[in-house]
Amino acid sequence: MRFMMLMIPGGYQSAAPDAMPSPEAVQAMMKYNEELKKAGVLLALDGLHPPASGARVSFKGGKPTVTDGPFPEVKEVLGGYWMIEVRSREEAVEWARRCPASETDVIEVRRVHEMSEFPEDVQKAAEGLSKPQGQ
Amino acid sequence: MTAVAVIEAVWRIEQPKLAARLARYLRDVGLAEEIAQDAFLQAMERWPRDGVPRNPAAWLTQVAKNRALDRLRRTTLIDAKHRELAVGLAELERATPDIEAALDENIDDDLLRLIFTACHPVLPAEQRAALTLRLLGGLSTAEIARAFLAPEATVAQRIVRAKRTLRDAAIPFETPRGKERRERLAAVLEVVYLIFNEGYVATAGPDWLRADLCGEALRLGRLLAALTPQEPEAQGLLALMELHASRFAARTDKAGAPILLLDQDRSRWDWTLIRRGLDGLNRAMTLTPTPGPYLLQAMIAACHARASTAADTDWIAIAAYYQALALAAPSPIVELNRAVAVGMAFGPAQGLAIADALRGESRLQGSHLLSTVRGDLLEKLGQFAQARAEFRHAAELTGNERERALLLARANAPAPA
Repeated sequence: MRFMMLMIPGGYQSAAPDAMPSPEAVQAMMKYNEELKKAGVLLALDGLHPPASGARVSFKGGKPTVTDGPFPEVKEVLGGYWMIEVRSREEAVEWARRCPASETDVIEVRRVHEMSEFPEDVQKAAEGLSKPQGQ
Repeated sequence: MTAVAVIEAVWRIEQPKLAARLARYLRDVGLAEEIAQDAFLQAMERWPRDGVPRNPAAWLTQVAKNRALDRLRRTTLIDAKHRELAVGLAELERATPDIEAALDENIDDDLLRLIFTACHPVLPAEQRAALTLRLLGGLSTAEIARAFLAPEATVAQRIVRAKRTLRDAAIPFETPRGKERRERLAAVLEVVYLIFNEGYVATAGPDWLRADLCGEALRLGRLLAALTPQEPEAQGLLALMELHASRFAARTDKAGAPILLLDQDRSRWDWTLIRRGLDGLNRAMTLTPTPGPYLLQAMIAACHARASTAADTDWIAIAAYYQALALAAPSPIVELNRAVAVGMAFGPAQGLAIADALRGESRLQGSHLLSTVRGDLLEKLGQFAQARAEFRHAAELTGNERERALLLARANAPAPA
């Protein structure tokens, strides 16, 4: 089973565009990432720049509206993610528990959809849809 | 979440490290496995009542240490083995004041030693596989038995025999160096790939655990690749497995019938695994000028992964890699695959020449593969009568019903006007 651990760092919605974690925090997180890797569960991970340098595209009234960051009114924003492959939801949650996160952080654990879970008509609609191939 | 599921999740994460650590102190993989198992049973008893401890690793190590001491007290210190054990335990005792630091120290080396010992060539491959899944996958005997379609008693027996053999042969708990390392690493990779293939052939079976062996093999492959970043074959095997696994969802139809690689809907391939496989392959190729068998197979799998459509496949490269593979790891199956690739790259006549040269090969007698390939190449050459005869012959030889139906259909197909 594939899960995303979505990191929601406290206060990230109003972080400065050049905000950086402390070397200590980075070191602790690197160690955690190594652990995930050496347990053979880590598929991918990325960290995101603060929303101050991002944008939100909303679709009210059926047309896209672009708002530049930051978004101080948004309560929770993403700071990064890990994608892991584990045997159970409990195992994914156990890995999230072990994250050296700070007191105001939240990690949301979510299962990744697999095509086989979708009903047949949805699978049919996706058929032949080209994904990026090769590198 | 049930308490048992939580304990199993914690166990799965902690078990390999606990076994590795215990094996270092006890210098006996079998004993380490038994004591780790004792600790797990105790956790199953205590944690549902008291809750999962804040540091489960430390808790399990402490319990395991006490269990080891209990056992020692019940044994007479007469032989060298037990004296060694006593030394190990004294070390363990000294390590405990700062148990958290002790847990992390050298754990990578210990895990690697554990893999090398569990996969020692002194053991038959099936024993190596069972012991590895037990020690590094944290699977129970019952789970391993279900996955391998073997009676539980048989698997239990395999594990007992493996532990006894390691003990009797006094296999040291260490990472081999120098010339021996290459051979021993090959024994490890063989086991991981065996586990993967055992799962891979279980197409859409009724038992998820069987197909899940692929997941176990991938996990072991990732662990091994992370612990041996400089070994091109360990990286190559992981890339190979990830590229194969990327086609999981596409390789059967709704009725569970297999879909051949070239007929698969490539949009159903798993892009995350393809990207990981290709990245891993690129890294592995920088490690050696002479790719070994796993790396070469990964290079072949990558040619398929890179092609957006079956028609875009670089068959010339695939034919060249099969030629290199035939030199690195000669086998009639590799040669037969080369015949297919050469047929696609340079025309059916050239492919057929290679396939024909295999007709006297004793290791292909009784297999439908040679006739299937020859039938396919003959058909492309327009020699329909001969092609049909080959398909009929192949249909007689295959043990797979679905395949037989497919071959008979080709054998009875009318010749094109």
